[in-house]
Amino acid sequence: MMNEHRWNGVRRTVAALALAVLGGCATGPNAHPQDPFEPYNRAMTHFNEGVDQVLLIPAATVYKEALPRPVRTGVSNFFANLGDLWSFVNNVLQARGQAAADSLARFGINTFIGIGGLFDVASEAGIERHKQDFGLTLAHWGMSSGPYLVLPLLGPSSLRDTASLPVDTWGDLAWHAHPVATRNSLYVLRFVDKRASLLGATAIRDAAALDPYTFTRDLYLDLRRQQAGQRDANDDGKLPEDD
Amino acid sequence: MMQSDFSWTRRTLPRSAVAVLALAGMPWAAVAAEVPDVFIGRLSNEVLDAVRKDPAIKAGDVRKIVTLVDRIILPHLDFKRMTAAAVGPGWRRATPEQQQRLQDEFKQLLVRTYAGALSEVSDLTIVVKPLRAAPGDKDVLVRTEVRGRGDPIQLDYRLSEKPGEDWKIYNINVMGVWLVETYRSQFGAEVNAKGIDGLIEALVARNKANAAEK
Repeated sequence: MMNEHRWNGVRRTVAALALAVLGGCATGPNAHPQDPFEPYNRAMTHFNEGVDQVLLIPAATVYKEALPRPVRTGVSNFFANLGDLWSFVNNVLQARGQAAADSLARFGINTFIGIGGLFDVASEAGIERHKQDFGLTLAHWGMSSGPYLVLPLLGPSSLRDTASLPVDTWGDLAWHAHPVATRNSLYVLRFVDKRASLLGATAIRDAAALDPYTFTRDLYLDLRRQQAGQRDANDDGKLPEDD
Repeated sequence: MMQSDFSWTRRTLPRSAVAVLALAGMPWAAVAAEVPDVFIGRLSNEVLDAVRKDPAIKAGDVRKIVTLVDRIILPHLDFKRMTAAAVGPGWRRATPEQQQRLQDEFKQLLVRTYAGALSEVSDLTIVVKPLRAAPGDKDVLVRTEVRGRGDPIQLDYRLSEKPGEDWKIYNINVMGVWLVETYRSQFGAEVNAKGIDGLIEALVARNKANAAEK
């Protein structure tokens, strides 16, 4: 009966969402400059959390309990290895020579010596991972992130990162898997594996935040700025002397 | 490159153990002279060791972890400074009593969060990166890297030293995000909406909910 209750919550959220979209933009003194769609974003976050509670957390928990750690590590490594190839392309697009060379070396070594990417031999050998995606490539060439945007199921994003999503999807080897059933299985496996690896992190987030929505938003925007290398020179954590 | 890193792995453990023993035998004033990167390395290692040795902590016994954090880490945090900075302009308008409550509740929140993070810990090593500071600097940034499963995690500390005192940590950076700055916007929203007392209430409510979790 718990689930029925939750689905009602989801249904109500969809209604709230529609209202929020119609209602338009956030205004007022507390509006975050990078979050003009806050009412919509909050409603979508609420919807995502409903799905998370009903579907993702149970699935991720079963997955985590059913599979021993080495197997899960293999799964994570496998998908991270696919990511390294796309990171290579984006490091090239950003003219990052060393990072591109590392990414390609990682993909080659892990694919062939690490048995299709199941083992991360390259990290053992000290070759660093330089994660990239098309959103960061756009950022590299001067595009700002634009407003914060929460996507259905995928969660935190920005206008720029959402716009680059089709390109990132195309650049993802799993997308090209045949037949479609295989591709979808890969997608589900990756999604569940990712959620399982984040179970601890989201619990910590929920314990740490006064408002998990703004906490997640600020962290997302900050981390993306950080990944794109767009940090202030004086962002060194130094605080003024207290008295 | 690796050789210049101040690495606290199992290989160097005996050496660091000797260092800790040596420090323990010294008069208290001498400890204050410890350089900040060595200090952070020692502290990190003490925590990781305690987690490794205690099966209850490994199993995620939050109460035990909180005791551990209280004992090992809290004495080295400048909590007043962290809270003042996180609360922002509202801090000066708060009464001393409100300030004390803010400090206590914020401390409880952070310790609990840190305990949650620690219970996820296993097989980790901390690598302290070479310090980039002039000798005699009283405010330094110590960079460390947490290595374990998955990609390494950046964990940096901002420390300052006041005359006659130990080094005190006053800001922490996880994966490029500063803790105080993160809480500044969390707290700011509450203070703007409901004032200092509203923020205190929100912190109390959060801490109560966290305590009820386990």
